[in-house]
Amino acid sequence: MPRRQHKYIPATEAEREEMLRAIGVASVDDLFGDIPPAVRLTRPLDLPAPLSDPELWATVRALAEENLHADRVACFLGAGAYDHYIPSVVWHLAGRGEFLTAYTPYQAEIMQGELQAAYEYQTLLCELTGMDVANASMYDGASATAEAAVMARDLTRRDQVVISRAVHPEYRQAVRTYTEPLGIEVREVPWRDGVTDLEAVAVACGERTAAVIIQHPNVFGCLEDGPALAEVAHRRGALLVCAVAEPISLGLLRPPGAWGADIVAGEGQPLGNHLNFGGPYLGMLATRQEFVRRMPGRLVGATVDAEGRRGFVLTLQTREQHIRREKATSNICTNEALLALAAAVYMATLGPQGMRAVAELNLHKAAYAREVVGRVPGYRVAFPAPTFNEFVVRTPLPPEEVNRRLLAHRILGGLPLGRWYPELADGWLLCVTEQRTRSEIDALAAALEGIR
Amino acid sequence: MSARDPRRDMPLIFELSTPGRLGCALPDPDVPVRPVAERVPAHLLRETPPALPEVSELDVVRHYTRLSHRNFSIDEGMYPLGSCTMKYNPKIHEDLARLPGFCRVHPYTPPEHVQGALRLMWELERLLAEISGMDRVTFHPAAGAHGELVGMLMIRAYFRSRGEARTRVIVPDSAHGTNPATAAMCGYQVVTVRSDARGNLDVGALRDAMDESVAALMLTNPNTLGLFEERILEIAEVVHSRGGQMYLDGANFNAMLGVTRPGDQGFDVMHMNLHKTFSTPHGGGGPGAGAVGVKAHLVPFLPVPTVERRGDGFVLDEDRPQSVGRVRAFYGNFANLVRAYAYIRSLGAAGLRQVAETAVLNANYLAARLREHFDVPYPRRCMHEFVLSGARQKRLYGVATRDMAKRILDYGFHAPTVYFPLIVEEAIMIEPTETESKRTLDEFAEALIAVAREARDTPDVVRTAPHTTPVRRLDEVRAARQPDLRWRPRRDEPVPGAGRDRP
Repeated sequence: MPRRQHKYIPATEAEREEMLRAIGVASVDDLFGDIPPAVRLTRPLDLPAPLSDPELWATVRALAEENLHADRVACFLGAGAYDHYIPSVVWHLAGRGEFLTAYTPYQAEIMQGELQAAYEYQTLLCELTGMDVANASMYDGASATAEAAVMARDLTRRDQVVISRAVHPEYRQAVRTYTEPLGIEVREVPWRDGVTDLEAVAVACGERTAAVIIQHPNVFGCLEDGPALAEVAHRRGALLVCAVAEPISLGLLRPPGAWGADIVAGEGQPLGNHLNFGGPYLGMLATRQEFVRRMPGRLVGATVDAEGRRGFVLTLQTREQHIRREKATSNICTNEALLALAAAVYMATLGPQGMRAVAELNLHKAAYAREVVGRVPGYRVAFPAPTFNEFVVRTPLPPEEVNRRLLAHRILGGLPLGRWYPELADGWLLCVTEQRTRSEIDALAAALEGIR
Repeated sequence: MSARDPRRDMPLIFELSTPGRLGCALPDPDVPVRPVAERVPAHLLRETPPALPEVSELDVVRHYTRLSHRNFSIDEGMYPLGSCTMKYNPKIHEDLARLPGFCRVHPYTPPEHVQGALRLMWELERLLAEISGMDRVTFHPAAGAHGELVGMLMIRAYFRSRGEARTRVIVPDSAHGTNPATAAMCGYQVVTVRSDARGNLDVGALRDAMDESVAALMLTNPNTLGLFEERILEIAEVVHSRGGQMYLDGANFNAMLGVTRPGDQGFDVMHMNLHKTFSTPHGGGGPGAGAVGVKAHLVPFLPVPTVERRGDGFVLDEDRPQSVGRVRAFYGNFANLVRAYAYIRSLGAAGLRQVAETAVLNANYLAARLREHFDVPYPRRCMHEFVLSGARQKRLYGVATRDMAKRILDYGFHAPTVYFPLIVEEAIMIEPTETESKRTLDEFAEALIAVAREARDTPDVVRTAPHTTPVRRLDEVRAARQPDLRWRPRRDEPVPGAGRDRP
């Protein structure tokens, strides 16, 4: 059967023949001579027949159509993934082929665009978090938090971390996965009234404690008393690691670097990146100047070229696996450079005023929702602590049932917390970003009137 | 010098800042507003704004568009980076991944309302299992190295479930640096085994190193020299006979599609860099996707959740007591799974085999064109990539491989991978991929030959390269000795964020 030319493979039959002659073999099969015959596939792979472009479009689009998405419903889900408005410029710029189809900037002279953007991202993230240095990105918020725990172990030479149960459960699971093989003990401390129990932290911290890990705002949307927690950790010689799953909050909240956090590990999805059904997301990591050589991941630095002009390169690579091999600070290699670029464009577009304004919109709208939902008979706000854009509500029916009935009103309800916290079987985590309108919030409250 | 001159100094976005300028139009709150101080305790409120730039929307557009002009990409030209597999990234995939039904979906949407997304993951898992010869595949890892971590954690959990406390992992001296780093992150001691004169793993040395304390051999095949491990079955036999596991670093999977399957070669676990082999864009270094395939005995240890078929629908299964847990939140880099799925569906079995055949043909053709002009450390048939050495140029003319890599930039190509693998002196590692045409291969070969000629005739031109790029050779030593990792507002200029919220 004649081979049909595929559009992604330019080699024509005539060119193949010419190339085979130049190599000095009779057929392509001869090039595979080093593969033992016993492991060669003697049949075609059992895959569906290839699709033409229109067929591919229709097939994949049909799968997309089956999913409920945030343009079709009013989304009150958060918990580590946030529906924020993304200015059109963000992906028009980050999505340009010159950025999208480039690789890690190993040849700095022809990758100044990527490198400068990463240097700007590092700066923007430092400004947002109040830290001295940030790396060029990690995988996501959970893995960045896990790497921060390992980093704290290396910095303090202590082998235990204390982590609040008010940290996102999936972040805590990632911390356990990363630390367990290294012999780091993970001690969880309880929360009380929606925030980390300060006394329990003081009791749990000892001479072996490398870090206290908190999340701010925490998984219940409550604001932690970061300064007090940092003080407790520091009194015991431990570092304070602050996970930030919702960096939009930092447009308004005092940044962790200003109240004593030593490492900020965060999720950058809210900064101009799509919900994407959970990925790709953007891991953020920032720390103090003196810890930079223990920081995992890539770093971009400014330098000069042979003519004295400013330029940028990947630097401090002696921390990294391709030089240090088994002694590296981490095995992270490819990171989330494109999403860091999108986050940089987002932060630059909003500027200080815009970041503050978006944060305030989140605060005000969530506060309004908290009030109107809290007034619906049978529903009550669970915790008195101040919140940013998420809060927990106790529901009269199981939250799963409430969600099911809300869908009839084109409302995607909050997250039932019972899956993670059996003691909160009636706990329902609602998120209100700047995307939710007053009429959507009012519609939620009105619908709840009928669901009790 | 014109503002559009590519060699003009590029300001930082911060240097474009003008106080009071705005880049976005935000609404006023449509809800009743109370003072922020009534909502948030004073000691938790920011006192001064971050020193982000104050720029207009057009400032932002021009700045990042100009930066994009200072970037080399696949869309612009050939990117022959060995072991990185820089092939064409189909445009239709970008449109598909950005359909609202994918990019606007919240990960905690109840599974019954995301059946399309779950079906895509379930089907992609079956497609990759067939292509790799593995039994199941997880999509949690965000990149190849992350996949290594998941794979090795599963191996560790497997031995633990059998009550075996193995402590060592064998890695060849040609391996990617991520392999030993991963083994160390899993608490293993790394044992390095040398390669033999043909560029294969030295089976004798492997036999000597292998005992019941070894959990796994981490092998890249085709290896980082671009060579297929000729004695792969014997290697697997040595490792398995002592109860060890075979881990495949799948960075070089491009060469095997439809030709041979790792699962049939004796591998128990492998990661697949979907961003390489299955053509999702690299994005300047991520997002990637490092799917991991396992044989049946390792299935209980897969990260949670897995996607399972129940009746007519698909569910997320969290109830897996022996799972290694999670290495990140949610389910992996889903948007890249959409692209990889589209890639496989558009090529089918015959197309994928053509990918491998053409990648190998292109590499062998380039190697044939270049072999007289450089040293060839392992004169064998290569797979989809090959390694040359610039040792001759270094010895005779004092021109290092680094210099030749910089010079090739002046000819409009990205440089090959250099100084890797570590076992080849002055290594030059070239991977053309199947999406480059013969014409482009010829142009690249002629450019590289011209550089070799220049190294002999006008070595200074090469030593001081590049000459035509937006910046000249950069001082990497200075960057490392005097780290400048962020811009700082100048002390004599008032900046918005100069209060106590700044470090």
